Amino acid sequence: MIRLKQKSKEHWWITSRRRTGDGGTDLPVLLPPAQALTRSARAERAWGFYTVRLPWQLGLMLLALFAAGCGIAQAQTTANHPSIFATIWKWTPLLLTGFLFNLFISVLAMSIGTVSGALLGFAQISRSSPVRKAAWFVTQFFRNAPWLVLLFYCMFLLPFQVTVFGVTVPIPGWVKATIGLALPVMANVSEILRGAVQSIPAGQWESAESLAFSRARTMWMIILPQCIKRMLPPWMNMYSILTMATVLTSIVGVAEIMTLTSRALSAENRPGLLLAFYSYVLFWFFIYCYPIARWTLYLEAKYKVDT
Amino acid sequence: MQPIVSIRDVRKSFGSLEILKGVSLDIPKGGVVCIIGPSGSGKSTLLRCINGLVTINSGSIRVGNFDVQSLKTDEQKIALRKVVSMVFQQYNLFPHKTALQNVMMAPVHVLRENKDEVHARAVALLEKVGLAAKADSYPGELSGGQQQRVAIARSLAMRPEVMLFDEITAALDPETVKEVLNTIRGLVKDGMTCILVTHEMRFAREIADDVYFTDGGVIVESGPPADLFDRPQHERTRAFLSQIL
Repeated sequence: MIRLKQKSKEHWWITSRRRTGDGGTDLPVLLPPAQALTRSARAERAWGFYTVRLPWQLGLMLLALFAAGCGIAQAQTTANHPSIFATIWKWTPLLLTGFLFNLFISVLAMSIGTVSGALLGFAQISRSSPVRKAAWFVTQFFRNAPWLVLLFYCMFLLPFQVTVFGVTVPIPGWVKATIGLALPVMANVSEILRGAVQSIPAGQWESAESLAFSRARTMWMIILPQCIKRMLPPWMNMYSILTMATVLTSIVGVAEIMTLTSRALSAENRPGLLLAFYSYVLFWFFIYCYPIARWTLYLEAKYKVDT
Repeated sequence: MQPIVSIRDVRKSFGSLEILKGVSLDIPKGGVVCIIGPSGSGKSTLLRCINGLVTINSGSIRVGNFDVQSLKTDEQKIALRKVVSMVFQQYNLFPHKTALQNVMMAPVHVLRENKDEVHARAVALLEKVGLAAKADSYPGELSGGQQQRVAIARSLAMRPEVMLFDEITAALDPETVKEVLNTIRGLVKDGMTCILVTHEMRFAREIADDVYFTDGGVIVESGPPADLFDRPQHERTRAFLSQIL
């Protein structure tokens, strides 16, 4: 019993030394994976979202899936049909335009979400209690609402055109969908900002205050520059999630890659193509998100904040 | 002589917990005062009250021409903090700025002084604390003692009249304590008014004009270090000193 107690104390000492960055050695074999797990769990708790990991093995699996899909399609190909590769090649330019549209929506929604989320985040740490509470409510509302519901809200509640100074400007569906996607991004960016600001030790505020810095100047010159590093990984993670979520807009009729894929499939009218086409699309998303996800994890490890 | 810091019957509570229960003390210009006492006796809170980081419930604190308790707006508090500067136990340097930038930031951005002049002054201050060679190092690259000396230089760059030191050697290795204390010795020699909260009894004895022993939110005993350390009047002071010395 005593030995056990002693051991657990030692274990605590080693892990706490690791945590404080003192660089402990002689770690038990199981500790590094356990620590990696703890760290990622902590990151996910702090980010409030699952971490997009995308290991390279997933890419291989997708390739295998694609190959299997091609095999199935080729097996079902009759003499009067072109080969599976010729079919995919034929539709690739169209699918590519759809994919680029997905990326365009993702960049736009991320930009809108980031700017509005930053404002909302600042409101969450405002000194005025009503502002803080209102911002908290808005953040929680959009953060916890299903994305698809928000998308439908925007599609059906936003007007299809607005008249400004006598000029009628139509609001196309994809703009409404972009706004719909920007809302949860806004809420999450707001939370990322609030979390980052509050993770800066109180001593930084105190010393800035004692050096006669105003609150605004402290925020701008001392707190925010330190927050950027902490915000970057969860922000990039958010972007990966958003990019993959852009396909939701197909449900509300935006002509993005999923819509175009199903159009292509119905034009071909060959059920055998289903697996090949969808794994092809999936692979594109993987190719695009893989570097972002890896870079996010790299930055997360690099900037990890010891607590 | 008119004291530069005058504290009268100061009370401060956090919720139902009364930290300061009527503290009074005067510090003349150029005076050096050490406040000693057990943890939780309100020493750090008292320092924070002096530069307005913590607002008091009753009593009065006068620093130079400022009635600290009546300062309400940010501008008024900023004006006070140009006169009183504080150094913290945890250094609290800005980690994204180099040592030199840490020293220059407040004079350039808050006092709006000429950048070249501030640069020259900052370099001189770093030299004074023995860290001219580390001007371009980031806080993360400096030892605790070096960081603390940069923090002192940073406070001095505001050209304060009063310096507050809050247990500034408490987080340091024994070897680096000396270099920080030497820096303070230099300041005292230059005539800076210093109020130190410290556990370094030998240092307090050497440097202080007056030592105040606080416990339970009141000043139990005060006097010149020779009297307080060698002939403590109060039982509580004797008990505390016997634990520490």
